[in-house]
Amino acid sequence: MIKLKKKIPLIDQHDKFGFYGNKFGGNYCAETMRKPIEDLSKLFEKLRKDRKFLKKRDHYFKHYLGGETPFFKLENLTRYLGGAQIWCKDVSAINGDAHKAYHATVNALICKESGKRYIAGDTGAGMFGKNLAMAAKKMNLKCKIFMGTKDISRQAPNVKFMRDAGAEVVPVDSGSKTLVDAVSECMRHYVSNCDNTHLAVGSAIGCNIFLKICAWSTSQISRELKKQLIKEFGEIPKLKLINVIGGGSSALGFWNEFIDYDKKHVELIGVEAKYAAPLSTNAKVAILHGAAQYCLTDKEGQIAETHSLSAGLDYPGSSPLHGLLKDSGRARYTNASDKEALAAFKLITKLEDIRPSLEPAHAWSECIRLAPKLKKSDVLVVNNCGKGYKDKKIYIEQLGYYPK
Amino acid sequence: MKNSINNAFKIAKSENRPALISYTVCGDNTKDKSLQILNSISKDLDIAEWGIPHNCPTADGKDIQNSSYRALQNGIRLNDIFSLVKKFKKTKPSKPIILMGYYQMIFNFGEKKFVQKCKASGVDGLIIVDLSFPDNKNFAKLCKKNSICFVQLIAPTTTVKRMKEIIKSSHEMIYMISTISTTGSVLKYSTKRIIKNFNVIKKIKPSKNVVIGFGITEKTISNLRSADGLVVGSAICREITRSLKDRQNPVTNVSKLVRKLKNKII
Repeated sequence: MIKLKKKIPLIDQHDKFGFYGNKFGGNYCAETMRKPIEDLSKLFEKLRKDRKFLKKRDHYFKHYLGGETPFFKLENLTRYLGGAQIWCKDVSAINGDAHKAYHATVNALICKESGKRYIAGDTGAGMFGKNLAMAAKKMNLKCKIFMGTKDISRQAPNVKFMRDAGAEVVPVDSGSKTLVDAVSECMRHYVSNCDNTHLAVGSAIGCNIFLKICAWSTSQISRELKKQLIKEFGEIPKLKLINVIGGGSSALGFWNEFIDYDKKHVELIGVEAKYAAPLSTNAKVAILHGAAQYCLTDKEGQIAETHSLSAGLDYPGSSPLHGLLKDSGRARYTNASDKEALAAFKLITKLEDIRPSLEPAHAWSECIRLAPKLKKSDVLVVNNCGKGYKDKKIYIEQLGYYPK
Repeated sequence: MKNSINNAFKIAKSENRPALISYTVCGDNTKDKSLQILNSISKDLDIAEWGIPHNCPTADGKDIQNSSYRALQNGIRLNDIFSLVKKFKKTKPSKPIILMGYYQMIFNFGEKKFVQKCKASGVDGLIIVDLSFPDNKNFAKLCKKNSICFVQLIAPTTTVKRMKEIIKSSHEMIYMISTISTTGSVLKYSTKRIIKNFNVIKKIKPSKNVVIGFGITEKTISNLRSADGLVVGSAICREITRSLKDRQNPVTNVSKLVRKLKNKII
């Protein structure tokens, strides 16, 4: 079993080759990319210690993204399920509607610092694409978003946002026409344009530096949550933190400040989509998009196709950092089907005022399964990491309605 | 056949020309067809590269992606590739063959088992696109132990300091990527500038055989003839695609193309 190091940020627990626990991550990339990612690593290590840059980041988080996102108890759902107290960290209330806003903003800031004028990113659900397009516009950068044609059609509202913000949306029609192909195409674009383009990988995946930047950016969520918990409870109570996992960027941000706690004190639970679930179905380690990770493959080692109603979860791989959390026993992973996620959305929106997108609906599904088995003193917190409007059409198709 | 890669360069040098190296995808568009193509073009080749198709090829342009897709659609597997190499080597024992692919395919198969299979079937060299220096040190050693040439890559973005380290740990052949791109794009720099980059590498260690690849076509090949070797891949894959689309025989069309390429460098 891999042992986590205490008091060292999770993202920094790698060796000089970028491996976590000798097993996950690394830099499996073409020679052409080596120098640009090395330069980016140096720049990032400098910036994360640079007070002026941190001030700028905080300024953007506060004034551009709207500051602290709310944390509140779901009284009706708690009463209905009759077990644990259920709390919501409503990250979807951010300007930008999802945790990807942090990650996109930080990438645009880094791009600006690097002196590059072009920024390119991949997107599945369109949340990262939309936020990157908006951040690029704000910071006067030229932006290209790579997106599978299947996702372009199922997440149309976000595509409109991207185009309205002036980004070029590049349709990717190869393979399964979803996120995995979008990431591949975006990396190809980077290999061909790394001299003038900053690559913003949409989740905590890819070569070492890309997942570090991502998880560093989203960790804002747990910094806020820690303060909010202490304000509400006077201490960090016995907790279960439930988060959906696609690539795993929101969970890493939601959990970051709590990694060093004992798992009996703060339990970390990741919820994947049932047919895109490398972490919860004992998939093998494979190399995908530059890193070793738990990933769905066929026997020959070809990357497997996945199926999920949720575009953001329709991805065969997972962050190397989740591999580390799984193998160290720090987090546990489960999954929920399309049907379960839809049922969760139905119940949550009937009882409460939040409107989760399909991605966090998976996390809510696990919360609904778990809460009745627990005591009143147990605190469940769900990261409601995305707003549902982008899935309105899918919800109407599947459920026959979309709540007001 | 030991050192057959070195021999191939020696022969080309004695004829005062660069070595001609082809890249096709093993199994494109079927197992038999890909072997027929290779058999037919090998008379004009000095070294043959065969691609191991992977469905997430992050460094390949459209042409090679199409070839890989066709090969996978027709069910090619790693074990088929080894037996096809064996068949090829049976008739052309002195023609060096290099397999080129992504690390996932090897990782999944098992490094040791993979290298042993390569050795047993007659593979002379390996190019692993996404296993770059220094991460490839152990694997390169494993190859050397089994008399397989591990081909290091050098890109336009590689610094001179890094270049020296890469050359130091390289075997008999080095692959220079011509331009900042995936495979098969147009050359972004003049051929003059590409040769200048090539000379920088040669100056560090003149005895290494340095080949240039990525974006080489009928139009550009003759201007690059001072290299030790030239790799043409996407242009050939494109010809296979075109032949299949026009319902023509890819074997004859690709052979004609390779003949033309050869004529441009002799």
